Amino acid sequence: MVKEFNRREFLRLSALGGVGVVFASALPGMAGAAGQDDFYFVQMSDTHWGFQGPPNPDAKGTLHKAVAAVNALERQPDFIMFTGDLTHTTDNPVERRKRMTEFKEIVGALKVKDVRFMPGEHDASLDNGKAFQEFFGPTHYTFDHKGVHFIVVDNVSDPRAMVGDEQLAWLAADLKNQKPDAPIVVFTHRPLFDLVPQWDWATRDGAKAIDLLMPYKNLTVFYGHIHQEHHQMTGHIAHHAAKGLMFPLPAPGSQPNRTPLPWNPAEPYKGLGFRNVDAEVNLAEFKISEYPVVKQG
Amino acid sequence: MNPKRRSVMFSAVAAALGLGSVGTFVAAQPKEKVIKIAAKRFTFTPEKITLKKGQPVVFELRTLDVFMGFNLPDFNVRADIIPDKVARVRFVPDKTGTFTFLCDVFCGDGHEKMSGQITVVA
Repeated sequence: MVKEFNRREFLRLSALGGVGVVFASALPGMAGAAGQDDFYFVQMSDTHWGFQGPPNPDAKGTLHKAVAAVNALERQPDFIMFTGDLTHTTDNPVERRKRMTEFKEIVGALKVKDVRFMPGEHDASLDNGKAFQEFFGPTHYTFDHKGVHFIVVDNVSDPRAMVGDEQLAWLAADLKNQKPDAPIVVFTHRPLFDLVPQWDWATRDGAKAIDLLMPYKNLTVFYGHIHQEHHQMTGHIAHHAAKGLMFPLPAPGSQPNRTPLPWNPAEPYKGLGFRNVDAEVNLAEFKISEYPVVKQG
Repeated sequence: MNPKRRSVMFSAVAAALGLGSVGTFVAAQPKEKVIKIAAKRFTFTPEKITLKKGQPVVFELRTLDVFMGFNLPDFNVRADIIPDKVARVRFVPDKTGTFTFLCDVFCGDGHEKMSGQITVVA
């Protein structure tokens, strides 16, 4: 089943203070891009290739199924963004590269060839992003697509979960080239805000990054790390967390530890999925549609 | 009144009221409790700590293997724990309850489980 939420619902729930309630995203700035083509991209996250354990008895099959599910979409996305933790961490640099090689081969089967990557702490924190860069290129970068400016911010290559002064200066310099009403999408792995610091769901200097983003009124953040759909506002900026593709994690702060939710044989792959982020330029809407890995029922 | 004369008068009044020196005042504070915490992938020892509200605490933090972090978000207390060094953080628990501390420097497969609990009693 596909869940879809539109801008109107987002605004209504925002007005009701619907933090934690599922709602849709919006990029109001898309109104300024009227006349350009609508497009959508797919966000895939936290595939944790190499993980083994009871939380996912199909650890070696789930990513293949997700690739097949994306390939089966009737209309293919303009591009696909993987928001980190492509691989599950390992102390062994050889094994890390093996996992990245295998991951790259598997996602090479995606029909869409414009596929972009960013690291999670499992990919990059033990070697400061060295192996990731060998396989996938820079850990922070920008690109533009049909009038939207995309910024990929790395808050994981420093194992202290920091963006760092150097990257913050880079971010500030990039933003200076944008108009205050420019439509901007930021991708991160960890939440930039303090979601649950007790679970390490935070970025130590994330407030500095958010300060830099605040002047831009049409800016939206998409991130991963927490293995579930989650939506929160910091001021006017919406932050949307994506489901993972290996195991779901508990709701923020709902239990003492952030242990993976157990696999339920009655509902396999529950809580796993990917999302379409659909920019409807003429309607000035930016909709999120959640898709499961495997259709239930 | 000149400043010197005012100072002499203040000292005399303070002595008459039985106020001690600054050093005496500090000694009257609750004694500082020192707790040694060892970090090792992927555990803290001890992982359960009981503190008394209002009693100053110093955590002496060491890592037995790799670079770690100690974070007690509810009290805004944190430190990097660097190999071969002792990190010290001091704080005074000002509220009761049970609070989580964790490693906030990613240290490997098991990092997510590396946490402990501090209980502050009245």
